Amino acid sequence: METEIKYPTEKLKCWNKAKEIRLKYYKDYAEAHDNGGLRWAGGAWTFDAIPAGLGDDVYPITSEPYGATIAFDKDLSMKCMEAAEKEGYPRDLCSYMRNYWGSIIIDKYPFGYDDKGEFVPRFQGAKPLGFPKPDFIWQDHICCSHAKWYQVVSDLEGGIPMFTVDNAVGPSNELTDSKIKYVVEQLKDGIKFLEKVTGRDYNDELLYKAIKNHFVSTSRWAETCELNKAIPAPLDEKSIYSLYVLGTLQKAGKQVADFYEKDLLPEVKERVKKGIAAVPNEKFRVMSDTQPPWSFLSIFRYLEKFGCVSIGSLYTFGLIGQWEEKEDGTWGAKTIPDIDFSSRDQALYEYVKYELHKPEWQHFYSCHLKSDMMIRIGKEWKLQGVMLHYNRGCEGLTVGIAENRLALLDAGFPVMAFEGNNADEREFDEARTKAKINAFMETIGAK
Amino acid sequence: MNTRKKNNLYKKKGGSKIELIEQFKDWEKNRHNYAKQWKEKSGGKVIGYFCTYVPEEILYAADVLPVRVLGSHEPQDVTEPHIFAMFCPFCRDCLAQGLKNRYKYLDGLMIAQSCLHIRQAYTSWIKHRPVEFEKFLCMPHKVQSPHSYEFLTEELKTFKKEIEDWTGKKITDSDLKKSIEVYNENRRLMKQLYELRKRDKPPITGEEVMEIVMAMQMTDKAEHNKKLKELIKELEKYNPDREVGSRLMILGSEDDDTVFMNMVENCGATFVIDDHCTGSRYFWNETENGKDPLASIAARYIDRVPCPTKDWEERRRIPHILNLCKEWNVDGVIIMQQKFCDPHELDFVAIEKALKDAGIATLFLEFDVTVPVGQFKIRVEAFLEMIGEEDLF
Repeated sequence: METEIKYPTEKLKCWNKAKEIRLKYYKDYAEAHDNGGLRWAGGAWTFDAIPAGLGDDVYPITSEPYGATIAFDKDLSMKCMEAAEKEGYPRDLCSYMRNYWGSIIIDKYPFGYDDKGEFVPRFQGAKPLGFPKPDFIWQDHICCSHAKWYQVVSDLEGGIPMFTVDNAVGPSNELTDSKIKYVVEQLKDGIKFLEKVTGRDYNDELLYKAIKNHFVSTSRWAETCELNKAIPAPLDEKSIYSLYVLGTLQKAGKQVADFYEKDLLPEVKERVKKGIAAVPNEKFRVMSDTQPPWSFLSIFRYLEKFGCVSIGSLYTFGLIGQWEEKEDGTWGAKTIPDIDFSSRDQALYEYVKYELHKPEWQHFYSCHLKSDMMIRIGKEWKLQGVMLHYNRGCEGLTVGIAENRLALLDAGFPVMAFEGNNADEREFDEARTKAKINAFMETIGAK
Repeated sequence: MNTRKKNNLYKKKGGSKIELIEQFKDWEKNRHNYAKQWKEKSGGKVIGYFCTYVPEEILYAADVLPVRVLGSHEPQDVTEPHIFAMFCPFCRDCLAQGLKNRYKYLDGLMIAQSCLHIRQAYTSWIKHRPVEFEKFLCMPHKVQSPHSYEFLTEELKTFKKEIEDWTGKKITDSDLKKSIEVYNENRRLMKQLYELRKRDKPPITGEEVMEIVMAMQMTDKAEHNKKLKELIKELEKYNPDREVGSRLMILGSEDDDTVFMNMVENCGATFVIDDHCTGSRYFWNETENGKDPLASIAARYIDRVPCPTKDWEERRRIPHILNLCKEWNVDGVIIMQQKFCDPHELDFVAIEKALKDAGIATLFLEFDVTVPVGQFKIRVEAFLEMIGEEDLF
């Protein structure tokens, strides 16, 4: 069913730049040692401004986007999954990490150099490199598996120095000085750990810059998502996935902060001003939840056949983005703290105080907090329905999802629940999901 | 399914020994009646809790009876709208008890931060079966951090105040110290009981011990202490006529499956030690008698044998497990886990390797609300045959 074109559309001008930043990130990590630099590994939520204080030649690899990258390469992903299972790791564990562990076990990086010497993904003809072993692990822990993921990474690599920060100190509406200080003190211990394992002196000025980058990345990303309240929506969720990912790679990196602030945000503002739509036949608006099945992003394009745009999700808005309630009661980007840092303690305190408000950390304490935020998005982004991905690949983001469904239904939003897996394609049924979408479109009146 | 065989040590009914064991079983089987009667008798409040990281001493000091919420091992369908099916069967079984109104007598409900799975049971329960008092206690995860002590002490100060406001009772340091003493006595007695299991002929089975620990989690500790003392006195002089067979350890996720224990112990084996939160992990360490009782309680929960959710960066549970194997002279280990229990799944590969390196055979089994006893029996028998093969030749 094709629906009427109502709005002008055009490709994002900054699209290629986003792709370049992402590719350079994996290249920098792989080549770090060639230039005397360091490599480190940690999760997408880790306090990545901290290792930045070790120097400008210190490069991270974050596990979740790395696992998703492998998932997109179906052939490699299957080999990784099977290798992890052969080592004894069960199939119901985090599917990102099963890809990650598998890539260590079979010693294959999903990128490499092609015949021309260009650094490209493996599926574009690169001869794959071996997995570049990190020099240290710098992780955070809020999901009850986070630190344990990296115990396994360390086990598989024969031991890697590891430091993990416990950031599970309770919901942001119950923050106290004691809770903030607990995290700050761990970060201070972490800095000592980094100095010890790398033999480098720590540079507080680099830390301050990285924290400021972090503020900019997370606030500007939220501001960009806020612009999707507009009708027509300037961005669709499939595109959002390719953009938010930069924040999951290195939110404290200057290249990411600059991209969000100087490239993406102005362009999306311009799209709203000119009424440029992501989906030119937009008639219905929905949101999703949790990570998508990365091998099957085509389901978001399938929605467009019905004139339906997925405007994003609490996941894409709040995984990296920082938000606050504005004076008029609506949700908007968190105000960037107007602070000059004068000491390590003060900088760390402000960093932690800011970060503990992350929307996607709140449901770890209560699914009802998440329901409230989802209902808010439903109302403020003017949605007709919600698609919930019951994601077998991530216990952390599906915790409480069934209660979210009930709350959304109570609030009057039609809900389509579909089961799948973010990074294990064996657990996603594309045909069945499309059949569900057909029925859901009928429910919301799009068919 | 009635597969349970009589396996207790006391074949003749009517003796004081069987009465003692039966008392613990009765408390466990009739947990709801016990709590209701306690409430009626004492006029106090009863709180349900979901995880053994809940600092019960503070509740007990306020004359509140803490009872651990456990499942009933019955197939059910009431939790499907509330918890996604990829989460562990234990958390669904627990929530089912609430949704079926089996804990209607609870005045409060609480959880300490541990795994995400059981947290869902708590958050769903308080929404759909509201109680007078509810609490999510922010137990730190990084128990290996020196800063966790101060952090938890502060959390406990807040918690104590909330309990005082709820109950209307001021909790003094003296109340806390008395409570700590009752709890410590309970822990000491349990360790004495476990010591008896080191004997060549342990005077008690693993199934019976499981009943005692479960009863421990749902009764007034002072009452439990009294019966436990009597039992230990009897067991000290008891020489069982039952074949011990292979000496086993069981470890893994929450496990209160006495049917399984019974089946294994009827296959020519005896569980002599465990590492479960329904076993030794619950009581292994005491609260030190420090100046500040809240700081001492915090230290006790930080320093206890960890649940895998908190056992990082170093895996400190592994040397503890190896030590238990050595001290209790274990022939083989059954590693069980509740299906989908991620924290344990992330440990068992390393545990299996450590045990293998130590020359100890393992059998891995995945549990659900009901276990396939027949299938498991075949696997257990094969395992026992394997570890006992030296005796064959």
